[in-house]
Amino acid sequence: MTGPQILALAGPVPRPRAGTLRRLLANPTGAAALAFLVLMILAGLFAPLLAPHNPNTASAADVLAPISSAHPLGADSAGRDVLSRLLYGTRYSLAGAALAVAVAAAIGISSGLIAGYYGKWFDALSSWTAGLLQSLPGMVVLLAARAVLGPSIWLMMTIFGILLSPAFFRLVYASVTAVRNELYVDAARVFGISDARIIGRHILIVVRAPALVQAAIVAGIAIGIQSGLEFLGLGDLTLPTWGSMLNDGFANIYQDPLLMLWPSLGIALTCISLVLLANALRDILQGTATAPRRAAKPGQARLVMESDPVLTHADPSESPTGEELLVISHLAVGYDQPDGTVKTVVEDASLTVRRGEVHGLIGESGSGKTQTAWSVLHLLPQGGRVVGGSIVFNGTDLTRLGEKAVSRLRGKRIAYVPQEPMSNLDPSFTIGSQLVEPIMLHLRVSRSQARARALRLLGRVGIAEPERTFAAYPHQISGGMAQRVLIAGAISCEPDLLIADEPTTALDVTVQADVLDLLRDLQRDMHMGMILVTHNFGVVADLCDRVSVMRHGRIVETGPVGSVFAAPQHPYTRSLFEAILKDAQPRAALADAAGPQQAGEGALR
Amino acid sequence: MLLFIVRRLLSGIAMILAIAVLGYMLLYVGGGNIARNLLGPDATAATVAQKAHELGLDRPLIVQFGDWAGHALRGDFGSSWFTGQPVTTAIMTRLSVTLSLVLGATLVTAVVSTVLGVLAATRRGWVDRLCQFLSVLGSAVPGFLVALGLVLAFAIGTHWFEPTGYVQFSSSPAGWLSSITLPVIALSLGGIAAVTQQIRGAMIDALRQDYVRTLRSRGLPARSVILRHVLRNAAGPALSVLAVHFAGLLGGAVVIEQMFALPGVGEVAVTATQEGDIPLVMGLVLATAILVIMLNLVVDLVQGWLNPKMRLS
Repeated sequence: MTGPQILALAGPVPRPRAGTLRRLLANPTGAAALAFLVLMILAGLFAPLLAPHNPNTASAADVLAPISSAHPLGADSAGRDVLSRLLYGTRYSLAGAALAVAVAAAIGISSGLIAGYYGKWFDALSSWTAGLLQSLPGMVVLLAARAVLGPSIWLMMTIFGILLSPAFFRLVYASVTAVRNELYVDAARVFGISDARIIGRHILIVVRAPALVQAAIVAGIAIGIQSGLEFLGLGDLTLPTWGSMLNDGFANIYQDPLLMLWPSLGIALTCISLVLLANALRDILQGTATAPRRAAKPGQARLVMESDPVLTHADPSESPTGEELLVISHLAVGYDQPDGTVKTVVEDASLTVRRGEVHGLIGESGSGKTQTAWSVLHLLPQGGRVVGGSIVFNGTDLTRLGEKAVSRLRGKRIAYVPQEPMSNLDPSFTIGSQLVEPIMLHLRVSRSQARARALRLLGRVGIAEPERTFAAYPHQISGGMAQRVLIAGAISCEPDLLIADEPTTALDVTVQADVLDLLRDLQRDMHMGMILVTHNFGVVADLCDRVSVMRHGRIVETGPVGSVFAAPQHPYTRSLFEAILKDAQPRAALADAAGPQQAGEGALR
Repeated sequence: MLLFIVRRLLSGIAMILAIAVLGYMLLYVGGGNIARNLLGPDATAATVAQKAHELGLDRPLIVQFGDWAGHALRGDFGSSWFTGQPVTTAIMTRLSVTLSLVLGATLVTAVVSTVLGVLAATRRGWVDRLCQFLSVLGSAVPGFLVALGLVLAFAIGTHWFEPTGYVQFSSSPAGWLSSITLPVIALSLGGIAAVTQQIRGAMIDALRQDYVRTLRSRGLPARSVILRHVLRNAAGPALSVLAVHFAGLLGGAVVIEQMFALPGVGEVAVTATQEGDIPLVMGLVLATAILVIMLNLVVDLVQGWLNPKMRLS
């Protein structure tokens, strides 16, 4: 009954911000939970004033008395007043829980600080002890302690606090080790500020709020355990507690089922309030961590829409050859917002890709080029969808197809090469199995045939030892190799159209030229159509037949690469050109040096 | 990998040793005058001394512990002071009941949380909100209250199940299943709430990873992407939570066994505790610790299988 919620919290710790209480009160569940808990605390504190009777005074005349003016909630099997016992029970349950929290927090926070801040042998010892305490079944330890120490609620809760101290230890330890080497802590140390002050000013403040969340959870668990023990008759029977009331109620369940209701309500509502309070606190803390990022998302600033027509360069003399493979017309992509509106990130994008042609899609980050690429494959992130226009592939409008039909095209007819090679391979599977699975699916071949094909593909994309890479896991290969693997995966079923989303951006400069050469070779050999998303005009010049310049979700200029390079019309295109004049020089030099580097890159890391 | 297993084994043995020493010291020293407690206030000093000698309590503590540990290594944890039954027998005969409960609850927790967590993460919407709501309830309401509710509703209210008692699996599998159904449900709910949350969170994290988009771009059906790839990557953290929960289940079983009058280890634990039957209590503490540490070892091995980085480094 311990631990799990605790683990969930042990991860990265959000920073607290001022006004947590105010935001808690603005959250309806959080405010209600807090109000209920405050009410319970007051009831416990003022129990002697509120209770109509002494909670332990038995009266033979009142055994199992029904609800009356003398006994607002009736009387129990010994004729004791239920309301009075309930009020005093609140007192003992909350005080016991508070004791457990205090012990757990005192031990956990201080040892977490010392272990995290000073480390060394204390670190190893306390981590091991925390593991030990967490592998002990709390209930059994409490029973053992009771066997020798007797049934004292305060002793039980102290021991339980020790058992639960790893919850605080792990939390504080994780935060301290994360903060310890931050620059501002180093700076404080350089300025000669004492460790005690650094801990107080910079470290305790980080763990304050998550520790509060943890305290609420620990309190709930303590109340549950404590009343469980008392319910079993293992508590201190002289004290009026919720657990002993349950015990009495259970014994008389047939005579007076209501006796069980009140303590059950007390326990359940208090525990639920504590969990809700913890959840609300956590939401608030994590909310502060995510709110600024949302505001910074691109697209919001795009209120002034340029409605200029697309600057289209005419094709030189002869008309273009090759069938039209993909025709995107007036595509608009939008994201559903929480308030019900749709934020458009691509507006009125049109482009055509012919078989055997490379179409460059260029623009700065956030211009909508990746969104355009994803919408062709129906791979937009959650909330994103095509809100207008059409994407016609080989005569079929993809925007009208369902997920099933599109997934039959994906990988087989239209393939995708992502930007970040390392994060695009599933870390839990070997490279080979990730290649084999789609081949078996699309080409309907046996596993051994698929394996042979995957090995050939690995060789084709320039991997020196295909067998070894086939058996490797993604973390065992370099970024350049991973990108080759991803390219091998994309072309494994000989697609008609390849969409490459900045395929070289994340790679070392030394590897970029090789990967671009590889893509160009494959595209020519297999006579594929290709969309190449990039922000680099040098890449466009190297590889593309046509280019579309994208800005703020619109295509501003499009045409054959030669014409666009010769006479850029849009001021934005011209500004991009100014940028490549600086870029082109090193890239050309690299292309010359590409040969020798290949060997080093092919080896396993 | 082998080094990893050896290191975990040694750490586990060190933990068991630490628990044995600590438990022994606390139980035998913390217990005060054990012979006096056993015989009651009316016994004469002579009989108390006689009893202490009988139990070997008049020897130096280190000798007592060495004696106990020596026997314990050979699987002899002494005998109950009250029934005279060997501790090993007392625990082993009841272990099947407790393991039925705890392993049943672990299984139910794993299966139900996986289904709920995957549904909540992939469907979102009302399924997600319902799971969230149930999670709050499940993690907040103590297991024994849930058990009370179940007994009232399904045993006393509708008579679908017997409210108390245990049927051996060997005598009637159906009866066995019926006798542990309500206890297992009561025991599982808290774990289901916590593990569902964990799986949901880990699935949502994993679904956002780039490789999921790339797998989809290869045309793999959603079922394969979610169940084969995403779930496998999300399973590690969820398994850690399930392992931590196992210790809680053993403790929870003590309460649940009392409520349903199941003759398990928990029942022994409660009587031994009340009587101050220290050899039996000591045996129980060790038995549960060994179970938990063994389970953690298995979980570590499964983690290694799930996570190639851990296995290969």
